[in-house]
Amino acid sequence: MPKVTYVEFDGTETEVELQEGWTLMQGATLNGVAGVEGECGGSCACATCHCYIDEAFLDKLPAMAENEDEMLECTVSERKPSSRLSCQVKMSADLDGIIVHLPEAQS
Amino acid sequence: MTATQQQGNAGVVIVGAGQAGYQCAESLRQEGYAGPITLIGDEPYTPYQRPPLSKSYLLGEVDKERLQFRSSSYYAEHGIELLRATMVTTLSPQTQTLQLSDDRTLAYDQLVLATGATPRQLTIPGSDVAGRHYLKTLDDVDRIESHLQQAERIVVIGAGFIGMEFAAVARKLGKTVQVLAHAERVMERVLSPQLSDYFQQLHQQQGVEIAYGMDVERIESAADNSYRVHCSDTSHYQADLILVGIGSLPNTELAEAAGIICDNGLLVDENGASSVPHIYAAGDCTRYSHPFAAAALRLESVQNAVDQARAVAAHIAGQPKPYTTVPWFWSDQYDTKLQMVGLAEGCDEQVLRGEVASGRFSIFHYRQGALRAVDSINKPADHMISRKLLAAGVSPNKEQAADSGFALKSLLG
Repeated sequence: MPKVTYVEFDGTETEVELQEGWTLMQGATLNGVAGVEGECGGSCACATCHCYIDEAFLDKLPAMAENEDEMLECTVSERKPSSRLSCQVKMSADLDGIIVHLPEAQS
Repeated sequence: MTATQQQGNAGVVIVGAGQAGYQCAESLRQEGYAGPITLIGDEPYTPYQRPPLSKSYLLGEVDKERLQFRSSSYYAEHGIELLRATMVTTLSPQTQTLQLSDDRTLAYDQLVLATGATPRQLTIPGSDVAGRHYLKTLDDVDRIESHLQQAERIVVIGAGFIGMEFAAVARKLGKTVQVLAHAERVMERVLSPQLSDYFQQLHQQQGVEIAYGMDVERIESAADNSYRVHCSDTSHYQADLILVGIGSLPNTELAEAAGIICDNGLLVDENGASSVPHIYAAGDCTRYSHPFAAAALRLESVQNAVDQARAVAAHIAGQPKPYTTVPWFWSDQYDTKLQMVGLAEGCDEQVLRGEVASGRFSIFHYRQGALRAVDSINKPADHMISRKLLAAGVSPNKEQAADSGFALKSLLG
């Protein structure tokens, strides 16, 4: 199973095996990674699963839909070029080893 | 005396393991509360999210495990005792104890009632037929799913959010869908007339039939496992499956029997405190005088459940953070995302931003010149910035709101 490493704002790292097709948000919430809230449950409606994707994986990510792009306009922590909503990124073999940095605050 | 000073060793007991109950348990730990936490749910499942039930779960896009807020091991790891499939039969505030359905007595130092709401029941002749469904729990949806595959003709009674979200899913699955609305327009209680019209057209374009002003009188069973839904105007509709979504009622029986003040919901203050010491409430079961509203109201939403539960947890942990968040809400129907923020009650002027025909626009609601609410269709950027504007009490003028080229963000310092 592909792996993902979450790095919380305080540096805490959690490595998780994540089934293909599951979202990076689900990998975090179902493994107790505190830096992801996911208040709307993954409906791209709350922007509390904001994350920064490690540069090495940026070009392997699925394209961003307009809705996600707009939701990222007003995140609580600063938007960066590597910003994504983790509920919109599904795990795939291509993303094995991905490192996901979490922001200081989600809400 | 504050809550913390009175702590014994029974800890916090939370009745109800839905969105508010789960959030309260999690927030208590985040706020540094170190005492025992017991979370009691009447369902046999690890606490799960309800919003996807009427949407992605019904479409088979997510499975049960992914509906969970946290994995089942999370609770023990955080010192939260999760009691599944357990009912609370009696609450005795004098002795600070609960009686459980397994005959156990449980003591509490602080009690949180997060008992939710129950779908309003249809009470007409034939309303107990097997093909009549409500949509609230995972079990409800699994039951619907097991019948939906064979069903061709769906009748939806009620044109609220549950009914219309279900109608959208049923159409996606290729079913014939007839909505019978008592109201004169869809999602009438929450949407402005302009948005009701928009959603009516959306559903009609997708092939949903909607009849308004309908009073359903009785349901008749036919020999072939189908049903005939009769209305008072003598019209009738054939159905293989009937979905009833006619609102919900707050679950306050336990609280009322214990003498807690309830009036169409358990009345709570900004910290979620009820009329009885050491008893709080959060979520769909409450009614609260939200600072954004003219009068106390029941807000049945994820946001309300989460933010109210956070306020309760913070107060119990001795660091009050009163609940004043601007209400927000969303619904997904077909490929249309509706996002609402604020409360449009009593508004006297509406301003359109964007083109309705483009399917991407927002309606800004003003009351006496001040922005009170914004409804967005496939326009998340407007929604997100409006949350900030409303929270900061900043009103764009109407020209700025109407001008899509104007950066609303620039109004925030």
